[in-house]
Amino acid sequence: MASHSESIIREPLITGKDITYAKITNDVLRPVENMPGKAWWIGFSVASLGASLWVFAISWTFWFGLGEWGLNKTVGWAWDITGFVWWVGIGHAGTLISAVLLLFRQNWRNSINRSAEAMTIFAVICAATYIAAHMGRPWMAVYSLPLPNQYGSLWVNWNSPLIWDVFAISTYFSVSLVFWYTGLLPDIATIRDRAQGIRRRIYSVLSFGWTGSVKTWQRFETVSLILAGVSTPLVLSVHTIVSMDFATSLEPGWHTTIFPPYFVAGAIFSGFAMVQTLLLIARKVLGLENYITMFHIESMNKIIMLTGSIVGVAYLTELFIAFYSQNEYEQYAFANRIAGPYWWAYWSMMTCNVITPQLFWFKKIRTNIPLSWVLSIVVNIGMWFERFVIIVTSLHRDFIPSSWAMFYPTWVDVSVFIGSIGVFFTMFLLFIRVLPSVAMAEVKLLLKSSSEQAKKKLMDEGHVVPAEAEFYIASLEKFDSVEQSEYLKA
Amino acid sequence: MSSTKYILGVFDDPDEMMHGIDKLQKNSVPIYDVYTPMPIHGIEAKLNIKDSRLGYAAFMFGCLGGTIMFSMVYYMLVHDWPINIGGKNFFAIPDFIPVTFEWTVLWTSFGMTFTFFFASHLFPGRAPRVMDLRATDDKFVIAINAKGNISHDDITNLLKEAGATEVKHNDRKYVSYE
Repeated sequence: MASHSESIIREPLITGKDITYAKITNDVLRPVENMPGKAWWIGFSVASLGASLWVFAISWTFWFGLGEWGLNKTVGWAWDITGFVWWVGIGHAGTLISAVLLLFRQNWRNSINRSAEAMTIFAVICAATYIAAHMGRPWMAVYSLPLPNQYGSLWVNWNSPLIWDVFAISTYFSVSLVFWYTGLLPDIATIRDRAQGIRRRIYSVLSFGWTGSVKTWQRFETVSLILAGVSTPLVLSVHTIVSMDFATSLEPGWHTTIFPPYFVAGAIFSGFAMVQTLLLIARKVLGLENYITMFHIESMNKIIMLTGSIVGVAYLTELFIAFYSQNEYEQYAFANRIAGPYWWAYWSMMTCNVITPQLFWFKKIRTNIPLSWVLSIVVNIGMWFERFVIIVTSLHRDFIPSSWAMFYPTWVDVSVFIGSIGVFFTMFLLFIRVLPSVAMAEVKLLLKSSSEQAKKKLMDEGHVVPAEAEFYIASLEKFDSVEQSEYLKA
Repeated sequence: MSSTKYILGVFDDPDEMMHGIDKLQKNSVPIYDVYTPMPIHGIEAKLNIKDSRLGYAAFMFGCLGGTIMFSMVYYMLVHDWPINIGGKNFFAIPDFIPVTFEWTVLWTSFGMTFTFFFASHLFPGRAPRVMDLRATDDKFVIAINAKGNISHDDITNLLKEAGATEVKHNDRKYVSYE
C-alpha cells in the first residue's frame, strides 16, 4: 500500500508543506521544461571550455604520441592510470546508492539515485577515455578483445587482470546504463505526456511507449530488484579487479592482499564525495531542497566518514605489514612514500582522506552545507593523490637504483586531466537539462509515508506518543528546508 | 447503444483508487487495467495478476552467459593455445572466475531487461498506448471496458462513491497524440 504510516521517529525524506504528486512532477521537471537559468549557463560554459581543452589535449596526444606525456622508461603509468582509477572509483557511489541501498531498503536513496547513477555513467566514460588514450594508438584497443586473428589465432591472455578489467569495466558500464535507463522510462513518459510538438515526439521515442499499467510496473519492480542484486557484487568486483591490476604484480607497494577491500572502500569514499559535491550545488540551483534534504546530506557524510576511516585503517595496515614482513623492498617502498621525494603527495593523501573526514564526527560540521561541500572536494583531491601515490611512488624507484627517475607531468597530462573533469561536468549538466535529475516515480512512493507533511498530520491527529513526537521534532532542527516555527507551539 | 468504449475512473489518491478496485470487484465489474504514475504495491494481488517470471529468465540468462564465457576461455587457454607459464596448470580455474562472473552478470542484466522490454512491448518508437495523459503524472486511473452488461451509470456511480475525482467515458481506447 502506498500509505502505510512510517514510524514517527524516522526523519522525513520529503520536507515542505502541501507537497502533492503534481508538485513533485512540477518541481523535478522545472529545469527540463524551462530554459535553464544563469547558473546553468555559467556552469555549462566553464564545463564545455574544459571539455574543449580535453579534445585539444587528447588530439595532441594522438597526433604526436605518448611522448608528449611526462612518462619515462621507469614510470610507465602515471596520470593516465591515476585518472582512470580515480574516475572508476567515483563511479562506484552511483551503483552503491542505486543497488546496495535498494537491497537494504534505504528509502533515502530514492531522491538521489538518478543523478548518482548518471554520475556513474559519466565517470566511467571519463575513465574509459584514459584507457583508450594510454594505449597511444587507440585503434589497438581491438586487441583487448578475444577475436579470431591472423596470428594463430593468438587469443588474449585470460590470466591477466588487465583483460579481466576490460570485461569488468565494459560490463559495469553497460549494466549501469541499462539499470539507469530502465529506471528512467517512467519519468521520460511523464515528460512525454506533458510535452507538445517535437519534444513530445522525441520523449515518446525515448520512453519506449511506457504506459504505467499494472503488469509493466510489476515487471519493472522485478527487473529493478534483480538488477540491484547483480549490480551489488558487480560493483565490488569492478574495483577488486582494478586493484588486481596492481596487486597481482610483484611491485613493492602493490603486491598486497589488502588491495581489493581497500580499493573498494576508497571507491565508495570518493564516489560519495563526488555525489555530495554535485548534489549540494544541484539541490540549490534546481530548487530541490525539499527532496534532497539535510537527512540525505548527513547520511552521505556519515558514509564518507565511515569509508574514510576504513581507508585510513588500510593505509596503516599497509605500513604495519611492510614493517612486519621484514621485506626490505616493501619497507623501502613505504619509507619512500612517507619521506621520499613524493612525501608531499603522501601527506596530502593522508590529510585529505584520513584526517579531515574525521571532522564529520561533529554533527555541526556534517550538517553544515558549505563545509560539507568543501570537505567533499578535499576528499576528491585526497583520493586523486592516493592513486598517484600508489602508482608513481611505487614505480619511480624500482629494483635497479640506476634506473630511478622522477615523474613530471607535462601540460598535456594536466590538460587531459582538467579536460576530463570538463567532459564529466558537460555531460552532467546536459543530463540535468534534458532528463529528470530525481526519480519522480520513486519519490512519489514516499509522499504518503515518509514526508514531513504526512508525519505532521499524524501528530496533529494525535496518533503519536508525545515523547516520540518530541524526539522527532528535535531531529528536525538540522533541516534547512523545514519551517521550524511550525513546530514551536507543539 | 452508446459509443463509449472505455470508462476511466480518475483518482487523486492511490488508496482511494484501491478502494475503487474493491468496490468494482464487489459489484462484478471487470477491470481492464490500471495506470499509475508509480508502482502501487498490493494491486497485483487484487487484480489477480500472476507473479512475474522474469527472475527465471534472469537466472537462465546468467547461467548461459557464465557457461559461454567459461567454455570460451577453456577452449582458448587449455585447448587452442595453451601458454606455459612457469609450468603451471593450463586449466587455471581461479583465473577464469573474474571474467566468467562478469559475463554472468552481463547476460543476466541484458537478457532479463530485454525480455522485460519484449514482454511489455517496450521499444524505441513504440506508440504509447495511453488512456489518460495524467496517469504518468499525478492521477491514478482505473480503466473499465465499456462493453459489458453493467450499465455505465452504475459504474460511474461506483467510481464516484469510491472517491474518483473524475469519470470519463471515452469513445476511443487510447489518447491519440496527433
